[in-house]
Formats: sequence, C-alpha cells, structure tokens
Amino acid sequence: MTDTALTCRGVWKLYGPDPKGFLANRESWASDTDIKDAGYVTAVVDATLSVSRGEIFVIMGLSGSGKSTLVRCLSRLIEPSAGEVMFAGRDLLKATPKELIELRRHKMGMVFQHFALLPHLTVLDNVAFPLEIQGVPRKERETRAREMTALVGLKGREHNLPQELSGGQQQRVGIARSLATDPDIWFLDEPFSALDPLIRREMQNEFMRLQSVLHKTIVFITHDFDEAIRLADRIAIMRDGRIIQIGTPEELVLSPADDYVAEFTREAPRTKILSARAIVRAKRDGEMITGEISADSKVAEFAKEVEAATGAFAVRDADGELIGVVDRAALMSVLIETAEAS
Amino acid sequence: MTTAVAFDDRSHDFKASTLVAVWIGFAALAVASFALPESTVPAWMREVPPQWRLGLDTAISNFMKWLVNDATFGLFTFREATRSISDFLNVLLTAATAIFSTGILRGSGSTAVQLAPPLPWVAVVGIMAALGYRFGGIRLALLAGGAFLYLAVFGQWASAMTTLASIAIAVPLGVIGGILFGILGYRVPLARRIMEPVLDLMQTVPIFAYLIPILFLFGFGPVSALIATVIYAMPPMVRVTMTALESVPNEIVEYGTMSGTTRRQMLFKVMLPAARPQLLVGVNQVIMLSLNMVIIASMIGAGGLGYEVLTSLRRLDIGRGLEAGLAIVVLAIALDRLSQAYASRRLTVQGDGQRFAIALLAFTVIIYVLGLIFPAVAIYPASLKLSTAPWWGEAVKWINIHFFDTLDAIKSALLLNVLIPIKRFMVAQTWVLVTAALAFAGWRLGGARLSVLVAALALFIAFNGLWEKAMVSVYLVGISVIVASAIGIPLGILGGLSDRFWRVLEAVIDTLQTLPSFVYLIPVVMLFRVGDFTAMIAIVLYALAPAVRYTAHGIRNVQPTLIEAGTAAGCTPFQLLTKIRLPLATPIILLGINQTVMLALSMLVITALVGTRDLGQEVYIALTKADVGRGLVAGLCVAAIAIIADRLIQTAAKRLAAGQGGRTREP
Ligand SMILES: Nc1ncnc2c1ncn2[C@@H]1O[C@H](COP(=O)(O)OP(=O)(O)O)[C@@H](O)[C@H]1O
Ligand SMILES: [Mg+2]
Repeated sequence: MTDTALTCRGVWKLYGPDPKGFLANRESWASDTDIKDAGYVTAVVDATLSVSRGEIFVIMGLSGSGKSTLVRCLSRLIEPSAGEVMFAGRDLLKATPKELIELRRHKMGMVFQHFALLPHLTVLDNVAFPLEIQGVPRKERETRAREMTALVGLKGREHNLPQELSGGQQQRVGIARSLATDPDIWFLDEPFSALDPLIRREMQNEFMRLQSVLHKTIVFITHDFDEAIRLADRIAIMRDGRIIQIGTPEELVLSPADDYVAEFTREAPRTKILSARAIVRAKRDGEMITGEISADSKVAEFAKEVEAATGAFAVRDADGELIGVVDRAALMSVLIETAEAS
Repeated sequence: MTTAVAFDDRSHDFKASTLVAVWIGFAALAVASFALPESTVPAWMREVPPQWRLGLDTAISNFMKWLVNDATFGLFTFREATRSISDFLNVLLTAATAIFSTGILRGSGSTAVQLAPPLPWVAVVGIMAALGYRFGGIRLALLAGGAFLYLAVFGQWASAMTTLASIAIAVPLGVIGGILFGILGYRVPLARRIMEPVLDLMQTVPIFAYLIPILFLFGFGPVSALIATVIYAMPPMVRVTMTALESVPNEIVEYGTMSGTTRRQMLFKVMLPAARPQLLVGVNQVIMLSLNMVIIASMIGAGGLGYEVLTSLRRLDIGRGLEAGLAIVVLAIALDRLSQAYASRRLTVQGDGQRFAIALLAFTVIIYVLGLIFPAVAIYPASLKLSTAPWWGEAVKWINIHFFDTLDAIKSALLLNVLIPIKRFMVAQTWVLVTAALAFAGWRLGGARLSVLVAALALFIAFNGLWEKAMVSVYLVGISVIVASAIGIPLGILGGLSDRFWRVLEAVIDTLQTLPSFVYLIPVVMLFRVGDFTAMIAIVLYALAPAVRYTAHGIRNVQPTLIEAGTAAGCTPFQLLTKIRLPLATPIILLGINQTVMLALSMLVITALVGTRDLGQEVYIALTKADVGRGLVAGLCVAAIAIIADRLIQTAAKRLAAGQGGRTREP
C-alpha cells in the first residue's frame, strides 16, 4: 500500500474578509487566536495527509471540527484558501473548470449525509444520472444502473421514487449512484450518520462487503469513533480545523498524540484493535510453546485459543521471524486496561 | 404591555407632553383648514399651481411618442419590434382560440369559413374531470367536471372558452418568463438588485396604470390584453423562482457539481427539478392572477367572460353581469383547485403519466369524431340551456320594489352624515400640513430616513398636481379600511378563540380571495347603484380577508405559557382576551390592517367604474384616452400612498413587537 492516490499539503480554509491575502502574509500572525482576532473563522487549518490506493482513510472529529470542509477541499467543492491537492498526477487546485468536470465525471464519487437524491427521479434514474449527464446512451446506462442497484441490494426497487424508500435504502441508492461511474476515489461524508443505530451497523457491514469486492480508495468522514475503528485502515483525527493525529487504530490506541485523542481511544474495543504484535513479551528460555499466531492477528481472534491453553503462543511476523510470545497473562492485561478505561 | 409603553422607550429624549402638544397642534390646524372659509387658506397650499409642477406626465407622454415614432435599435425600429412581438403573440392566441373556441377558420370576420370545429364541450368537461380524478380523486373530479358542466348548462360556454384560450397562453408565458427572470436574478446579483424594487413597485402600482402604455404600444385588442395579463401575473413567479432555487438543499447542488454537471445541466437537470414543488405553487399563483385580470384585460380588448361582465356592468344589466361574473368564479375555483392538487400531489413514476396522457388523447379524439356526427356532443344544445339572468333581474326588481326606500335611506343617511363630511374634511387638508404631519410621524416612528421618505412621496403627489384627488382616495380607502377593520377584527377574534368557527370562516375567506376583484362590484351595484357608498362597500368586501386572517392568527398564536400564567392569576376569559391576547396580538393585527390597506388601494381604480372622483378615476380616464403620462403618474401616486401607509404601519408594528420583546410572524 505504498502507492498514493491522493495527497494534500498545507490546505487551509478560512472564512472571512480576505483569506488568501491573509494567508499569503504569514509573518503578521502566529496563533489561532490571532486568526480569530483578525475576523476569520477557521474551518481547516494547515491540513496535510495522503491516502494510499485501495485504503479506507477515515477522517474523524466532532461536529464543527472541519471534516466536511476538508473533504470538500479535497474534491474542490470548496475552494481552499491555500495549499495543494494532488490527485491523478496533477494539482487539483490548478485544474480548469472543464478539467474539473471531466475529473468529477470519471474519477470521483461522493456520498452525502442526507443522501442528496434527486426527488423527481426513480431509483434507476438516480443511479443512472451521472452516466446520463456524460451522454451515455440510455440502454447502456440503464444496464449499468441495474447492475449497481442489484449490487447494493435494491433489486426490485428500481422504479420506486426516493420518497418511497427508507433512510437506509435511500443511502444505498446514494452509494450505488456514486459507484456507477466506477470512480478512482470515493468520498463519503458521514454517510450513515442520519440512520438509526441498527441500520447503521447493517450499512457498515454492507460497506465492508462492497469494499472487499471493489477495493476503492476511500475517504470516509464520521463523527463516530467506533465507526472509524470498525472501518478504517487509517484514521485522521481532527479538532478545531486541525488534523491532530494520523494513524492506524492500533497506533492511536497505543500512542495517542494527546489527551484529546486518548479520550476517544479510552472506550475503544481494544481486543479488536490490538494485534498480537502489540502485546508480545520476549520468550523465556526453555518455555513451552503451545501454538503459533501471526503478528498481525487481532487479540479478539486468538483470545479463546490462548485462554484455553496453559502455555504460551509463538508470535511470528510475515517473514516467519519469531518476535515474541503471547500467553494468558498478556490477555489479562489487555482486559484489565479495557476495564480500567471504562 | 400597552402601546404607550412600547412607544415610550424612544421618546425619552422627547418629553411626552411635548409630543402630545405637537399632535394637538397638527389636529387644530387640520380642523382649522376644514372649518375656516376657503379663502383663508392660500390656494397654492390646496393644489400646487401648474407652473411649479414637475410636468412628469407630459415628459412620459413625449417619451412614449418618441419611442413609437422615432426610436430605433439600429437594425430595426422600436415600432417594428413591438409589431413582431404582437404578431408572434397573435399566432399563439389564434391557435389557442381555434382549439377552444372558434375552430380552425379560413378568412376572417363574418365571412370566415370553419374548416374544423373546436374541442367539443363533452371533451373539455371530460378532460377536466379526468385531470381532477388523477390529481385529487373522485371529489376533485366532480368539482372540476361539474364546474365546466355548469359553464355549458348556463350558457357561458362560448365566452368561457375564449377566456380559457387566453389563459392557456398567458399562463405558460407568465410561468416561463417568470422562471427565466427568476434564474437571471438567482445567478446575477446585480440583476436581482435591479429587479427587487421593480417587482415591489409593480405590486403597488395599480394594474390600470400599466394598461395604458401597453395600449399605447400595442393597440386595442386581445394581444394587448394578453400582454397586460402576463405582465400582471408574472412577478410572483419571478420571486418564487428565485427563492425556490435558493432553497434547493446545498447537498443536492454539491451532488450536481460532483457528478460533473455543466452549468446548464446543473440548472435544468438538478436545480429546477429539485425546486419543482415550490415552482408549482408559483404556477398556481400565475393562474389565479391571470384570472383576476380577465375583466380588467377586457378593457383593452380581451373578449370572453370579462367582456361580458364589463359590458353588462356598463349597461347596469345586473343579471347578465352576475352570470358571467359567477362563471369567472367557477372557472377560477376549478383551475385553482386543479393546480393546487397538482402542485401538492406526490410525484409518480413517469411511464404512468404517459399512459394517462395517451388515454386522455384517445378520449378526446373519439369525442371529437363523435362530435362531427352528433352536433349535441360538439355544442351544448341551446334548448337545454338554463339562464339565471331573468331570475336575477326579477330579484333585483323585487328588492328595488320592496327595499329601495330602505336601502336608499340607509345609503343617504350614511352618505350625508358620515361619508360626505369626512370627504370634505380630507379634501380641505393642504399638502403643506399633511406632508409636515407625515414627516413628523415618520421621524417619531422610524427616524430621519423614514421621515424623508414619506415626506418625499407626499410631495411627489402634490407636485404632480394631484393633491385633491389623492385626498379623495385617502378618504375612500381610509373609511373602507376602518369599516373593514371594524368587521374583520371582531370576526378574527372570534375565529381565533373558536376552532369550529374558524374552520367555517377560513373556508369563506379563502373563497372570497379566489374571486377576481371586479366580481365584488356586481352585487353591490345591484343594490346601491353607483357612487362613493357602493365603492366603499366593494372595497370593504375585497379587503376584508387579511384583517380577519391576521387577527385570528395573532389571537391564536399567543404563547400558551402566557395564557396559563393569566389563568393561574385568576383572569376571567374576557380578561384573558383583553389583557393578554389582544395586546400581544396587536402588532400582527396591525400587519393585517396594512394588508387591508394594500388591497383597498388596489381596488381603488376598479371602483372608478362606479363613479368615484379620485386617483382611480384619473387613471381610468387616462385609459379611455390612452394618455400614457397622465395614467402612469396617477398610478405612481396611488403607489406612493401605498408605500407611505406600508412603511409607517410596518414600522409601528415592528416597534410594538420589539416593545413586547417578540417578533411578529406573519401567518
Ligand atoms: N460558509 C461558511 N461560513 C463560515 N463558516 C463556516 C462555513 N462553512 C463552515 N463553517 C465553519 O467551519 C467549521 C467547520 O465546519 P464543517 O466542515 O461543516 O464541520 P464538520 O463537518 O466537521 O461538522 C465550523 O465551525 C463551521 O461553523
Ligand atoms: Mg459535516
């Protein structure tokens, strides 16, 4: 996963009288308070990140932390005040309106929090819409739309109008529609936040199932840390417009950058996040080895087995190198940490 | 809190006693100008002498003459431009008239030969019923079908179809034009800044005033009537389009961008369809306003029902006027309910609509062919027609025989003791005094800006030499508004207190508001003949609705906690009303009165038909003489009165509400 699909460097978004001029003149201010005193609202502050091909990159933060603004800067729905966004081998911020239209038609897909379905079109026509505006002939686009509708499990609903569907179904349409053009990058801005918890869980599973088939590069926004943990390969945590930490769920749990991040990770389900690698200890001389575990498997996956056995398990990395052992005591310490946290 | 408290907060820099003294001073001067012999007040104060006047009317008239005779856009002259617009509209109108009313003709006038008949009446009734069924079920089907059946049975078919033909052209033009201007305003902020005040003005200048330039440019005839109708009906569509586009959810616009739409695709494939429900509300308004213009448009050449009403009214043929007027009402109600049902119905899948359209077309073709064979299908048989006209005539005769003396006595007593003295008083007021009083009131209520605005508008009237006529207008509108409030506010209070009563009342005022303003004149003329008294009653009837509606809304929407507090404090129901509900509702009631004033002013010109001597008559005379300058200036003066009243009352309502610590929300 070294191949990057999207990078942004030093992206700012300020709302106020003259954001570009203000940012160009950086000697005149230093702290966030200076910015506020100058009459600017800080939506995104100096964001730098890169998303690898095929990765699920989650941006997590409380409401108002700038997630939506950042993801819109990445797709240039919002014009950033400063910075650069590299996508498909070019600086997106330098693309002409025509080039942007082409990029969005073929390379980007987006899913919205409140679905943003066109109320006057049927499910099928909604899914076919992005193809229609590209001028794809009716037959062809309808075939594709039928495929996508079936993929998200809405077969038989093709001729319903959005208002006749439940929230979960509407978002399935939103998903099918955004995938109809087979985009290279897929933006989802809090796609499940407007749904009931049970439906949300179901949609998350559905989402993971789709991703296991499609292997898209994904930027996924959420304000729900549990959701972030469940879905993310990597998470960027935002606060007041700044990205304060980027890392895998495990990295965030093991070494939170500050108290704010630690606060989120406290109640996280550690057994699902921590891998064997994180809890190994060195093998004692002459110790009995009961079995073997791969270094990347999560605690929850091997806990039962280890608990049932009396001895220690050897933990080996991808090259078969022994990096240590895991035993009941190690499991206990994970459980105790979890209990203490909550 | 009372009025006095609310106004005091601003008056602390100005002693209350001084304020009272100033107002007593104004009142004393007003009484003096009325009571003292005419020679004591200099003539120039009563009416600005000609040599001081602005001469705006002549300037406008000369400009119009120049436009028509000399103006050119280089490639073509102004006259050529108006002529080609006129030709184009004529083609549309002829086509629609052929379908609904005349059939396809060869030749013209009395020598014309009918090549194909118009739509059979059975087909039209059937189409309307089918549309009713589709949009609103069996009840709407009965209503719409019944309405058109009524037109056939009561002998109004031919006129009604002529009217329907012009509506069928005016509405699409108004809607398309409104959407286009709306899009322009939405996209170009500068265009919007220019359009907003123009739209405001168009809603306050009486319709007649802009009939005149149209008449001047396009001549007397159905095309002019069509243009006037479109211009009158379009402004709300422009506004609706702008707000509808603005209120498309941001996410939908973003989605449009993210799917890579071009600007045009964004507009036509995303925003306009998403704004459809709101746009349809606008369409309903265009339909209703077009129907409202039916009678007025007949003054510059529209035929049909409006023409029937107008000629009957001129001949005082009450029976026929009433029949045609009722036919307009029936048409208005049917089209209103149909378009409302269409606007508020849930979307359905498109293929379904196609099937319906095909079935409807097939039905029409079958009936059309049947109509060629059986004449009764094509044209409603004359032998089966009913007419209520003789009946109405008899009724009027009967009323006149039995009640003439009573009615006349009531009318004379009110005229002699109330109307005429008030009129004399108003006419005696000089522009100097009134302007000063308005400026003072404006300053106390809203500060220097409001003061300058109202004074300037008053001076505009004076320096166009229309002061006395304006005072007659103010008298007529003022007394009508007082009567309308005296009836409307108590009704509104009752409606606000009792849900059952309100349901009945609301149905009544909803219906009253779908009636074209002209219709109000007919029964009143029938009972009271012409004159100020008749005008006043017609204005009261027309302008009553907002007074009722706003009052009921205000009474109803007092915060429940305040009522509970009052009840807990041991208020009787009557005390609750007088001590809590009414004072709190006062700002909203004021806004209702404001609306009543606006409607009364718009009715003013129409009442000129029954012989008033005010600005309305000035416009009306200008219309008959096609004197553009004179008509427009008088129209602008009516608008000036409207703006003065509107700004003063609105400011007062706002300050009252602010004094209560709340905001006024309109119903
Ligand atoms: N158009 C705007 N004008 C001014 N401030 C804005 C605008 N849009 C967003 N903001 C501010 O930027 C911040 C981030 O908003 P947003 O990106 O929507 O947050 P999130 O999606 O994380 O809830 C908020 O404080 C918001 O008030
Ligand atoms: Mg957001």
